[in-house]
Amino acid sequence: MDKERLLFTHGNQAIVEGAIAAGCKFYAGYPITPSSEIAEEMSKRLPKVGGIYVQGEDELASINMIVGASLAGAKAMTATSGPGYSLMQEGLGLAIALETPIVIADVMRAGPSTGIASKAWQGDIMQARFGSHSDYEIISLYPSSVQEAFDLTVEAFNLAEKYMTPVILLSDGVLARMRERLYVKGRDELNIVERKKPTEPPEGYLPYARRDDYVPVIPSFGDGYFVLRDSLTHDERGYYYERPDVQAKFVRNIVEKIQRNAEKIYSWEERFTDDAELVLVAAGPMARVVSTLVKEARANGLRWGYFRPRTIWPFPEEPLRKAVEHASRVLTVEMSVGKLVYPVKWSVKDISNVSVVQWLSYELPTPEELLKLVENEVSSVGA
Amino acid sequence: MELELHPLEKYIRTEKMPTTWCPGCGIGTEAQAFIRAVDELKIDPKKIVIVSGIGCTGRMPHYLRFDGAHVLHGRAIPVAIGIKLARPDLKVVVWGGDGDILSIGGNHLIHAARRNADITVIMNNNFIYGLTGGQVAPTTPKDTLTYTSPYGPDSKPFDAVKIAAAAGATYVARWSTAYPVLLKESFKKALQHRGFSFIEIISQCPEIFGRINGFKDPYGLYQKIRKIGQIRRGIGPFETKYDWNEEITLGEFVNKDEPTYLEQLSQIIKEAQESGQDEA
Repeated sequence: MDKERLLFTHGNQAIVEGAIAAGCKFYAGYPITPSSEIAEEMSKRLPKVGGIYVQGEDELASINMIVGASLAGAKAMTATSGPGYSLMQEGLGLAIALETPIVIADVMRAGPSTGIASKAWQGDIMQARFGSHSDYEIISLYPSSVQEAFDLTVEAFNLAEKYMTPVILLSDGVLARMRERLYVKGRDELNIVERKKPTEPPEGYLPYARRDDYVPVIPSFGDGYFVLRDSLTHDERGYYYERPDVQAKFVRNIVEKIQRNAEKIYSWEERFTDDAELVLVAAGPMARVVSTLVKEARANGLRWGYFRPRTIWPFPEEPLRKAVEHASRVLTVEMSVGKLVYPVKWSVKDISNVSVVQWLSYELPTPEELLKLVENEVSSVGA
Repeated sequence: MELELHPLEKYIRTEKMPTTWCPGCGIGTEAQAFIRAVDELKIDPKKIVIVSGIGCTGRMPHYLRFDGAHVLHGRAIPVAIGIKLARPDLKVVVWGGDGDILSIGGNHLIHAARRNADITVIMNNNFIYGLTGGQVAPTTPKDTLTYTSPYGPDSKPFDAVKIAAAAGATYVARWSTAYPVLLKESFKKALQHRGFSFIEIISQCPEIFGRINGFKDPYGLYQKIRKIGQIRRGIGPFETKYDWNEEITLGEFVNKDEPTYLEQLSQIIKEAQESGQDEA
């Protein structure tokens, strides 16, 4: 292990290190707490690797600039927090419709609206999935440690390029500021995915045609394909037609490329689930408190288990279904009134056993504080 | 002998004809002037990208055989900047209507001008929202009507020339569809300009703006535009007029050489790389 690559740092910097390791060459963003260190680090680091940092005039400019850079072949990202992420939803939809890889880091803060800028929340989990209008599927990852923030940022770029889609990298105000050990892996230690280029000639090329993996191979601008990238409903050639069959195919293409590959995309962590009577589900740094709590419960002879989706979208439905097979209760533990609880309910056979432990404070709980809430929840809503 | 439909056919997506533009619309005149400019400059068409937002003018990438992006309403400029910064060898041209560029996209226009971003912005000004059926625009002159200003506009219009110039654009011109050759020459200058170039084109929308304002045919509206468009040479952007009853001044009002956005970013990259790997 190269000691120069060992840092003691926070989640925001880990995202920057991950992005640069993944080959990000373009960043455009608008300052917003608690994500601003990502912009500051990017403005310092990107030019050193020949990349470009732009502070957009607003979030609308920023997201559209990264879409433009990606249309021209660059790996591009932005970072923001709730209010800024809301402003970016239309641009996110553009990237979805154009099947353009970008990475958006949403460092979640307390809301709704302006809320508390510097404090964490887990309220954007559904916005990460459904924030933009109409039909689509999305990939969203949520790390729980500084090291994982690095690893999943690399993964976010890889998934974006592989599936020609935006990827939402969720973080929160805790992970943004939390400092711990980070090993910055070199490119030789990482599997870096580069965008596929068409091998067929431009004449009659169909940029949006599905390949074996249901993902298109779309030329970049300047590749000589006279490609048309249209936010309007388009056919395989990229041309707009107002026809029901074109609209149906357009939507199916976007949705099914994620759905058909969901099992290859999602990842999760589980412990003690083999015989668990109670399974606690949590994500991000909150999951680490839950993990500690479950370990202590096991030490006390309680049959509790723990499940953490690393990939929030597509949600690891089948793995969760298996993990709760023997459980009579399933609780999500969330720093919100409950978002993760919905995909959990969609996954399990019996939703009457599922409920939320709401931790409505912007600081993480201790395992002891959490224990009380979990016990209350288990006793108050009988299965 | 092979049949050639038009000497500029190679620049047109003929398979997408006919266009959605109404008979008598001015946008076609602009398109032809542009591809003539490209042809005369002998620019490799593979090196041109047309970026547009939403509106009648926004349909331009559908019909021109260059790389094209038809993106969100108002957001063509930031998309174009992203493209240009990722591929500096490409000529990136934004083409939009007055609503797209000056209303919903107004903030991006002034910031692109401030940065001297290395793109060309062409704004078709037909005084109205055409695609959505005839609503008031920030350019709608006093004493004209639209379907959402049936008693006349509630406030004075923007003058795009003054806005672009004040924000720092290094090439600013305004022409009308009555002068396609001068427009073509201006396109040639803009395509060769270093930095941010902005061309406004006063254009006729006979089907909607013309009908609401009592012009019985496209020619009547075209004649009105021809009459109020006064070419003036040697005057600055702030001496121009934008007045429906008197004069809309045409001409080239700014053409200066300043460091471009790409040049400034390249300088930053150079400085960052020379400063070493210190992590202060």
